[in-house]
Amino acid sequence: MSLDTDDIKAIARLARLKIDEADVPLYANNLSSILDLVEQMNSVNTEGVIPMSHPLDVAQRLRDDVVTENNQREEFQRIAPATRDGLYLVPRVIE
Amino acid sequence: MTDFYRMTLAELSAMLQAGELSSTDLTEHYLSRISQHDAGLNSFITVVEDQAMAQAAEADRALQNGDAGPLTGIPIAHKDIFCSRGIRTSCGSKMLDGFISPYDATVVSNFKQAGVITLGKTNMDEFAMGSSNETSFYGPVRNPWNTDAVPGGSSGGSAAAVASRLAPAATGTDTGGSIRQPAALCGITGLKPTYGLVSRYGMIAFASSLDQGGPMAQTAEDCAMMLNVMAGFDHRDSTSIEIELPDYSAGIDQSISGLRIGLPREYFDEGLDPGVKAVIQAALEQYRDLGAELVEIDLPNSGLSVPVYYVVAPAECSANLSRFDGVRYGYRCENPSDLNDLYTRSRGEGFGAEVKRRIMVGTYALSAGYYDAYYLKAQQCRHLISDDFREAFKNVDVIMGPASPETAFNLGEKAEDPVSMYLSDIYTIAVNLAGLPGMSIPAGFVDGKPVGLQIIGNYFEESRLLNVAHKYQQQTDWHRQIPEDYT
Repeated sequence: MSLDTDDIKAIARLARLKIDEADVPLYANNLSSILDLVEQMNSVNTEGVIPMSHPLDVAQRLRDDVVTENNQREEFQRIAPATRDGLYLVPRVIE
Repeated sequence: MTDFYRMTLAELSAMLQAGELSSTDLTEHYLSRISQHDAGLNSFITVVEDQAMAQAAEADRALQNGDAGPLTGIPIAHKDIFCSRGIRTSCGSKMLDGFISPYDATVVSNFKQAGVITLGKTNMDEFAMGSSNETSFYGPVRNPWNTDAVPGGSSGGSAAAVASRLAPAATGTDTGGSIRQPAALCGITGLKPTYGLVSRYGMIAFASSLDQGGPMAQTAEDCAMMLNVMAGFDHRDSTSIEIELPDYSAGIDQSISGLRIGLPREYFDEGLDPGVKAVIQAALEQYRDLGAELVEIDLPNSGLSVPVYYVVAPAECSANLSRFDGVRYGYRCENPSDLNDLYTRSRGEGFGAEVKRRIMVGTYALSAGYYDAYYLKAQQCRHLISDDFREAFKNVDVIMGPASPETAFNLGEKAEDPVSMYLSDIYTIAVNLAGLPGMSIPAGFVDGKPVGLQIIGNYFEESRLLNVAHKYQQQTDWHRQIPEDYT
C-alpha cells in the first residue's frame, strides 16, 4: 500500500494534526512502509473468525445510573490554558 | 554509608520492619544517588525530593507505631504515565509538559496507602510509543550497562533507574512489550500482568485493549511484593477484572519439579541473535536441572503479531489521543486564528513525530471504507493468535523464549526506520494481543549487555510465573549484577 502526499494531507486533516509541508513526503514514506507491514495480515484466511473484542471475552460491566463524582470544576479548570467564569475559552466560533 | 542500593525490596523491608534502617535515611540515600548519577542516564523526568522526604517521615512514624505494611518506607519511582496528584505527569510529551495532575492513578494511590514513597517520575517514550526511549520530549535515556545503547522502551527510564539502582524498584506499563523489553535490555525483572488485573485508572491511555501496568524490580520476589499492592478490582476502570486475589508472595518458593515448559519454534528462528539464543538455551538447561520438562510447541500465527498490533494499537491511540485538543488541559499553540487552527496546531506542535505517525495510521485504518480491511481483519487475526496460546496451554504450564531478538542496540540505530524499531517487539507483542501475563528475567550477558528470558503464563497465573522466575533466581546471580559505574 502506497500513500502519496495528498493522502497524508487528507489523513492529517481528519486527525486534526498540522504537519509541516516539508515533512509530508517523509510521513508518506513512513506510513506506506507501516501499511506494507500491516498487509501481511492478508496472508491469512479469517473467513468466519469472530473478531476479538476482549481478551477474556468479558462483557462491559454496567453500574447503576447514580451520581458518583463530586463537582471539581475549579480544580480541573486551574490546569486549563484559558478559562473565564467557569468556561473554557477558545477562539470565536460564531462571528 | 551502607550500600543500601545493593539490597532488594525484600531485604530493605526486613531492615525497615526490624528498625535497623529508617525510611528517611533510605530515601535520602536514593535521592543522593539520583543527583549523583542521573545526569548521564536521564532516567528521571521529575524528582520530588521534598515530597519524598515528607512521605518518608510519615512512613517512619508508621513503622514506629507498628502501623506498617511490608512495603512501608520503601521509595520507588513511577513511570511518568501514571497520574500523580500535584506532580507534573508528562507522559514524555511536550503536550503534557505543564500538566500537573489533579488526581492520583489507582496504582499511585495504592502505593501511597501502602506507605511507599515516590522518588519521582521516570522518563519514557512519548505516550509510551517506542521501543528505545528515544521518542521522549525530555531526550533519550541511556542504558546503564553501555551508555551508547538504548535502555529499551517505552518504560526505559524505569528500567534504567532500577538497573543502576537509582531506585530499588519502579512501575511500568506494557502495551506491546514496554515492561519486558526494557527489563531485558537493562537486566532487571519485569512483569506484565493479565489484562485487567491492574487498574488502568489514571494511567494515561495509549491502546486501551492492550495497556497494562506492572512492576519492574530486581527480583521476582520483589515483583510479587509490588503486585500485591498493584493488583485489584477498580470500579473506575471499566475493564478491571473482579477476581479473588492470591498473596503473590505466598507460593513463590514451591518446587517446580515436573513443570512443563513450552518452547515455541517460532521464537527461536533465524531472526534471533545467536548470542542471545545461546544465553536463553543455557537458561533453559538450568530449568531442566531444576526438574522442568522442555517441550517444543508451535504458535503458528505468531508471525501476525506485529502487523496486527500496528493496526490495533494505532487505531486505539488515534481515538484515545483525540482528547488532547488544546482546550481543557495540556499544550495550546500561540495565537490560534480559529478553532480548527487551535486544534491542529496545538496537536501538531504538541505531539512528536512517532505519535503523529501512529495517530495517522490509526486514523487511516478507521476511516470510512477501510474499517473492515484493517481493524476488523486485525481483531480476527488477534483471535487466531490468542487461540494459539489457548491450544499451547493445554499441554504446557508456561512458555519460555527470548524477550527481545537482540541485546540493547545503539542510540540512533533504528530511530530513522519505524518498521525496524517495531520488529524489536516481535516476541512480546503477542502476549498483549492475547491479554496474557508475561515476565522478563535476567539470564546472562552478551558482550557486556544483558539478555532477558521471557516467561509467559496462562490467564491470572502470575503466581506461577513469579514462582518459576524465583526458582531460577535462587540458582543464579544475573539479577544481582550492577553496572560498575553505579557501584
